[in-house]
Amino acid sequence: MSNFISLVVYGLADGAILALSALGFVLIYKSTRVINFAQGEFLLVGAYMFYTSFVLLRLPLILATVFGVLVATALGLVVERFVLRPLIGESALSVIMVTIGLSSVLKAVIQLFFGTSVREQPPILPTSRVSVLGATVPLNRLLVIVIAAGVLAAFTRFFTRSRHGVAMRAVADDQQAALTMGISVPRVFAMAWALAAVSALIAGVLLADLSAVEQNIANFGLIVFPVVILGGLDSVPGTIVGGLTIGLLKQFVSGYADPGLAEVVPYLVLVAILLVRPYGVFGETRIERV
Amino acid sequence: MATATGIHHRSYRAELRLRHTRAEYLRLALMAALLLSLPYNLGVYWLGIANSILIAVIGAVGLNILVGYTGQISLGQGGFLAVGAYTSANLSERGGLPVPLSIAIAVLVTALIGALFGLPALRLKGLYLAIATLASQEIILFVVRRWSWLTEGKGFVEVSRLEVFGWQVSREMFEVQWYWVLLAITTLVVLAARNLMRTALGRAFMAVRDQDIAAAAIGVNLTRSKVTAFAVSSGFVGLAGALTAHYTETVTWERFTLDVSVLYLAMIIVGGIGSIAGSVYGAVFIMLIPTLLTEIAERLTAVAPVLTEQLPAIKNAVFGLAIIVFLLVEPRGLDRIWTRVKDYVRYWPFRY
Repeated sequence: MSNFISLVVYGLADGAILALSALGFVLIYKSTRVINFAQGEFLLVGAYMFYTSFVLLRLPLILATVFGVLVATALGLVVERFVLRPLIGESALSVIMVTIGLSSVLKAVIQLFFGTSVREQPPILPTSRVSVLGATVPLNRLLVIVIAAGVLAAFTRFFTRSRHGVAMRAVADDQQAALTMGISVPRVFAMAWALAAVSALIAGVLLADLSAVEQNIANFGLIVFPVVILGGLDSVPGTIVGGLTIGLLKQFVSGYADPGLAEVVPYLVLVAILLVRPYGVFGETRIERV
Repeated sequence: MATATGIHHRSYRAELRLRHTRAEYLRLALMAALLLSLPYNLGVYWLGIANSILIAVIGAVGLNILVGYTGQISLGQGGFLAVGAYTSANLSERGGLPVPLSIAIAVLVTALIGALFGLPALRLKGLYLAIATLASQEIILFVVRRWSWLTEGKGFVEVSRLEVFGWQVSREMFEVQWYWVLLAITTLVVLAARNLMRTALGRAFMAVRDQDIAAAAIGVNLTRSKVTAFAVSSGFVGLAGALTAHYTETVTWERFTLDVSVLYLAMIIVGGIGSIAGSVYGAVFIMLIPTLLTEIAERLTAVAPVLTEQLPAIKNAVFGLAIIVFLLVEPRGLDRIWTRVKDYVRYWPFRY
């Protein structure tokens, strides 16, 4: 039983981070129809930028976060303006490949400045252990769940309440209609990328705090795909459900069956979902015409 | 017929020819002369690179049939290469089959598995298909890594030196002999692919790419075309994988990761989507980048030792930048640039 509880906590913590990284992915897909293969590298850049400000520049936690958010926003804006905007209207392949190229460049830049060795970062969240329902679990995993839930709630509120959030949803729904209502579509695109970079930053910093500041953080970007396919590529609540499901599934398979198998299970789920319900559990079915 | 105003065809037969002008025959002859003289001019190191390029050309042509001509995005290239390599290596080493036969069976097996993983393409397209093939890549690689029977528990397969009907590649002339073998196979593959695109099947592929619903409306069997495209493309890729196995003489899963899939996609993007010649240019370009960067770094190592230290990162950066720049500046790739150069020369002194 205690094993079960700790697996649930670990799974939920993983799932919360997955949901956060998937959120950025869905934000971009929803408003700009771009599949971002560089999402993992956004996490990587976010984690290293926070490391730079927090450890290398010795800024206090709040300032370090602000610095990280500013850099992430700038990164999102630059990428949107100079890499993705010229490709509006191009084929799916071009868009996918340009983000793959981007991921290669971002990874290389991090490698150029920070090398490949693991960087030491003092833990931000308390690492003491607490007992939950008879199982002892690390406190930082629980806090990660809380923080991710807070951020996701804030984003959901942003989409339903704020002017910009509603504008983003309008653009996602119908670009031409949004244009006729006076919404600036380019600005919404830029905002989507900036917000995605910021949510990736949060996910990256949390992930780095749980594991370490290293290049492997980028690998998290690929597991985002099963999450978003499960939840639906254009659904924000879907990312939460998908993230938690995949996170729990991975922990259960690795805890009860085989850690190696846990790496591939998300992809098996992905294929199953694609065959049964390609638009995901919460995704919107689109009808295609000639 | 080539005139000062462009190439004009006077009959349908003339239009269907592979080559239309005298200049094209001349360039072909020059190219053949260059390829035939390479083993006499290049050292072992460069000939080894030429051999890897020849194998990459086969893989890139295969991928371009699927991605460029049929419009089905595939990130599963690495997985299909692995299927070809492991099948041929195991059949020839443990099954004791002659190498040509084991390679042929590897091609068929890869085609079959490719068709199987192509089944999602019947319902999915574009982004969704890309993600589905990403999953197939991860699943195939997982099987290859964990199925210890494949490697007899060693984690890799050793392949003995190539021997075809009693003729064995010698140690001293290893790269040269392999060059001739690979040149012959690659030439056949390129010709076969080029001609495939002139058949009804090839035209069906292109119709599916341009507008699949419209293609179905004019009587193209979508199911058959898509599955055949996956099978044919994977067949070529399986051939490339099998040749890699016999050429490098060891098969390990590290050679077939997602990075390899991306590498091949980069080749056809840089070379030219939907162009057989483009696949060749792209394979040469992408395979030469790391080699040339190493050369440059070595030359400059006295001036800037940083270059040598940071070489892996620089290679990644240049690779990524090459993809981005080509997509932004010339999405049709090197093939299109070459066409424009030819047009410029042909119409000179006029602009068009």
